[in-house]
Amino acid sequence: MADHHVDHKRRRMLTIATTGVGLAGTVGMAVPFAGSLVPSERAKAAGAPVEVDISRLESGQQITVEWRGKPVWIIKRSKEMLDFLPGMEGILVDPDSRAAQQPEYAQNVYRSIKEDILVLVGICTHLGCSPKYQPQIGAVSFDDDWKGGFLCACHGSKFDLAGRVYSGVPAPKNLVVPPHQYLSDTVLLIGSDEEVA
Amino acid sequence: MSFMNWLDNRFPATKVTREHITEYYAPKNFNFWYFFGSLAMVVLALQIVTGVLLAMNYKPDAGLAFDSVEYIMRDVWGGWFVRYVHSTGASMFFVVIYLHMFRGLLYGSYRNPRELLWIFGVIIYLAMMATAFFGYLLPWGQMSFWGAQVIVNLFETLPFVGGVLSEWIRGDYVISDITLNRFYAFHYLLPFILVGLVFLHIVSLHKVGSNNPDGVEIKKGPKGNRWNEEAPKDGIPFHPYYTVKDLLGTVVFLAVFFGIVFFVPEMGGYFIERPNFEPANPLKTPEHIAPVWYFTPYYAILRAVPSFAGTQVWGVLAMFASIAVLFFLPWLDRSPVKSIRYKGPITKLALMVFVVVFIVLGWLGTQPPTTDLTIMAQFFTLVYLLFFLLFPCFSSGGEKLGIGGKLLLLVSVLLLLGTLFYWWFGWSGGPASSLKLVYTLLSVGVLLIFGVVPAYIRPDSVKPVPERVTS
Repeated sequence: MADHHVDHKRRRMLTIATTGVGLAGTVGMAVPFAGSLVPSERAKAAGAPVEVDISRLESGQQITVEWRGKPVWIIKRSKEMLDFLPGMEGILVDPDSRAAQQPEYAQNVYRSIKEDILVLVGICTHLGCSPKYQPQIGAVSFDDDWKGGFLCACHGSKFDLAGRVYSGVPAPKNLVVPPHQYLSDTVLLIGSDEEVA
Repeated sequence: MSFMNWLDNRFPATKVTREHITEYYAPKNFNFWYFFGSLAMVVLALQIVTGVLLAMNYKPDAGLAFDSVEYIMRDVWGGWFVRYVHSTGASMFFVVIYLHMFRGLLYGSYRNPRELLWIFGVIIYLAMMATAFFGYLLPWGQMSFWGAQVIVNLFETLPFVGGVLSEWIRGDYVISDITLNRFYAFHYLLPFILVGLVFLHIVSLHKVGSNNPDGVEIKKGPKGNRWNEEAPKDGIPFHPYYTVKDLLGTVVFLAVFFGIVFFVPEMGGYFIERPNFEPANPLKTPEHIAPVWYFTPYYAILRAVPSFAGTQVWGVLAMFASIAVLFFLPWLDRSPVKSIRYKGPITKLALMVFVVVFIVLGWLGTQPPTTDLTIMAQFFTLVYLLFFLLFPCFSSGGEKLGIGGKLLLLVSVLLLLGTLFYWWFGWSGGPASSLKLVYTLLSVGVLLIFGVVPAYIRPDSVKPVPERVTS
């Protein structure tokens, strides 16, 4: 008959080793399982730049194009609209666009490359609704002294005509200016600001 | 019964039937409020059957989903019926569960030894909310899309992990075909997890035995009834007594249910919201978006909390806290009695106030957030949280407040002071001073009536509990 002596120390060692290997295997398997849920290569590649012809854009007009599944607005601001922008500091959270919500070339009072052409991702920085363009000036239902801008109907956030957020609203940051560049005077490329060969 | 013998030697069919149905002794004094547990199971079964049938014609593809739902409504024989039963079932599931949870609050069904039973119940509630949320994206209407957009973006407000987490949930940078596909998979999976959770809920119920409107433990009372000498004297077998009672409840419930299915399936925009009859458009948000009614109390809480320190995470935390606090209810209630029947007037008033708060928050969540409604939502959010934080105070029944209770009272005072500070000094362009004053007085009143007074001045009275169940 075999010796019935049980070496508990050795047995505990084996239990720990088995559990350890099992845990390592489980973690190893969990990585690709959880990883399969991150954005796929196709989803990543879907961000191809979009070309927009703005030759027919009229003063004050807004057009919306789709880039990476999001609305991108292009608005040609009138002289009157632009004149309001430098004087808004008092009621804005980040009037100088210090937060990285725009490429460097759009970090100016108009948040644009060309003074009058505004390019914005039309998604509220609060919870992602798409705000509405409210170009009218004066007393409106949501503001007694409206200078034109955007209102998010979902949770009441307000932005000026450069996409800068008002203080005292739920949205914490300015609207995003996407990377963009002019291929010619009237053709805009949204989603890329690298030199085109 | 040779077949049953053969079966019982291989599978405990008779044993399980006896333990859980024919010889499960439930208190004999169940009332109206005890219908809703069995009704919840009826609705769960309906949802699974109709859901499987819908899945046979539905297509989880951003290009096809909306049309496939319309195809079910128009071209599939009986498709409209299956779909309306499913959409009505979703709302009625929450109606039934809210009444079931209210029963628990009324009679102290969450208290020792039923804490784990209650916790399983809260997990079931969370799983139901997740299932409903995933399901609402599937028709791929405007409200589906933008509702999911807002809810998934809630996770983006979390510090550090937010961005990665929300991308991981969506599987994309925006709500897209990929998101729809996986939400469909989750929506199909979760009901089966729900069934498993319901199993745990019932197993733990049958281990500790049912509570009843008197909150009397029948297992601790005298033994021996006409069926069994060992069983509690105040117990009656679940079958046939409560199966027949529940059958009556089910018949009445289904009459109401199908009244809705046949005559008002959209329930005036509350069960199926109007913008959802328009296909999802990622470029345009509907004028006014609100979640379905069963989420609106929490949505109101989410919107009520203002952003500060450059982040909106506080509202998200308040919303999750207002649900998570339910887990702690068994330990917040310190009353010497279980049932509302023997609790004092302050506790009764507190429960009534809580019901009103929940309904008003639900209404506020459907409304656009004007300044006056926002301060109202802030006040009701405060009272919602105070109801739980002050529970140890008003339920003490004369016993001195412990360290935990004192801590929660301190948290309540700080929460109140913070709210008042924000109203009077931190809110530029806030509501009129008269309105602020009204809500200030009401908030202070709530803290005094349900916190300070019962804890330190005059504890809430408690009536003696009878030895045996009444009526």
